[in-house]
Amino acid sequence: MGKRNWGIFLGTLVIIAVFPWLVKPVKAISHYLDVMVFAGIFSLVSIGLSMLMGYAGQVSLAQAAFFGIGAYTSGILTSRLGFNPWAAMPVGILASMLVAWLLGIPALRLKGHYLAMATLGFGVIVTIILNEEVQWTGGPSGMGDIPSLSVAGVKVTSEMGYYYVVWSMVFLALLFCFHVLHSRVGRALRAIHEEEMAAEAMGVPTARFKIQVFVLGAAFAALAGSLYTHYVTFLNPASFNLMWSIRFLLMVMVGGMQSLWGALLGTVLMTFVGNEWLHVFAEFEILVYGAILLVVALLLPKGLVSLISLGGSPRKVRVPLTDGSS
Amino acid sequence: MTETKNEPPPKILELHDVCMQFGGITALKGLSYIVPPGIIQAVIGPNGAGKTTLFHCITGIHQPTSGRVYFQGVEIGGKLPHQIAAAGISRTFQHVALFKSMSVLENIMVGRHCRTHSGFWATGLRFAGMRSEEKGIRTSALSHLEFVGLSDLAHQQAGTLPLGKQKMLEIARALATDPRLILLDEPAGGLNMRETEELGELIQRICHGGITVMLVEHDMNLVMDISDQVLVLHYGEFLAAGTPREIKNRQEVIEAYLGEQ
Repeated sequence: MGKRNWGIFLGTLVIIAVFPWLVKPVKAISHYLDVMVFAGIFSLVSIGLSMLMGYAGQVSLAQAAFFGIGAYTSGILTSRLGFNPWAAMPVGILASMLVAWLLGIPALRLKGHYLAMATLGFGVIVTIILNEEVQWTGGPSGMGDIPSLSVAGVKVTSEMGYYYVVWSMVFLALLFCFHVLHSRVGRALRAIHEEEMAAEAMGVPTARFKIQVFVLGAAFAALAGSLYTHYVTFLNPASFNLMWSIRFLLMVMVGGMQSLWGALLGTVLMTFVGNEWLHVFAEFEILVYGAILLVVALLLPKGLVSLISLGGSPRKVRVPLTDGSS
Repeated sequence: MTETKNEPPPKILELHDVCMQFGGITALKGLSYIVPPGIIQAVIGPNGAGKTTLFHCITGIHQPTSGRVYFQGVEIGGKLPHQIAAAGISRTFQHVALFKSMSVLENIMVGRHCRTHSGFWATGLRFAGMRSEEKGIRTSALSHLEFVGLSDLAHQQAGTLPLGKQKMLEIARALATDPRLILLDEPAGGLNMRETEELGELIQRICHGGITVMLVEHDMNLVMDISDQVLVLHYGEFLAAGTPREIKNRQEVIEAYLGEQ
């Protein structure tokens, strides 16, 4: 990745690393640490979604369902079958990737917004299964007795510890994605987004790439789901329904679709908005989300990053003084 | 660029009774034609003659309703566009189809896609093989940029270039796929006289490099100057074929263009 991106990467890394030490001593905001754990978990989902939406131009309304597949696989395997959380995690990720692949093959071979339709239906099906398969999922009353993560034999029970586990994963995911984007694969994804027919004619197998990036997003969402499970140690189907898929979309859109930094910024912001400041609206919360979506779509289509120019706007280019032909 | 084959096959492209229907409209009506390798083959005809449809059928964007298309002796009908690109046919588009927000160099680097392999894992984890592949892509893209004379614009955003340069860039991107056959769809459209002249020279250099060129073009001066063979289409059918000199004097061609007397 470029120099500027490295700069932002290191800057963000430092801010995230010192954040707990700044908020912990202040009683009134010490619970921000807990909010930031969730923000980190959700960031993994939105980074994957940003790759899909911002770079491959496809919309998914099933990210909460993949998040749920990761969460429940971890939950069931650890609480019912005695798996170690670290062993359950890859199982959930692989299950989620397999499902995304099966879903993506028919939906992404077609041109247009079939993926949005297919994922909308799929998300609803997953919610139904989580509610109805009571003997496995606990149904609407939820599922408990889920163990916490251990690192090097030590259980991570503190918020502080979990915060660092989660955010390490976020930075690794970011690094992975930036490397992908600054390569042949990333150029192919951007090419698909801009001129699909030309990309195909230049040898880019467009359908295959769209499926792969969709599967990648599902993998990140499942990883996030697993981390979520072992943090809250209690699962309830309501955390994985369509409303949450829309929230993930919103996080990416608020921050700025065509920038991973935008996804991160939007997720942190929307997590604070959701966890801290929207409770006053109670059941009218969804109206507020609708309003935010509308305002962003109309006034700030490239998201918040376009305001602070973290890469949401077209890159600045050197304009030569002559037209180069004389 | 690409090495010339010692013994080129006698025909690089063979069209056999190719038909293309869109609902009730028949854009190509049983076209058969052979393109020998190493030449500049122009395809001309009045608007609606089926020229662009023919290019779409050759590059897999349309699947011909019936008929066969052979490239270097292998049937390519039914293959997807990216497979045909990998087989060695590249193209430009009538309405420039660049990746506008990407840089000039990145556009050409996308052209290297079908000659490289690294996937998500290799690029995300930066395997050693991937890094050297990226270097190769860059070097190759720079040489193609130089070939069309756009080296000093490498880092400019493609969408900000004037049309003439965009057309050159599109040709460079197509060349980056290492084609044996390149299809240029109205490359001179919108160009001024000097740019058209430069384009003519470029097309001849491409052909000298061992790549067969097929050219759809309305600029008759350009067509007559640089083509070895001209194919004339009229309402999706073969009307005439021959050298530019032969074509110019054919009565049926003149009628097709000017209307019957």
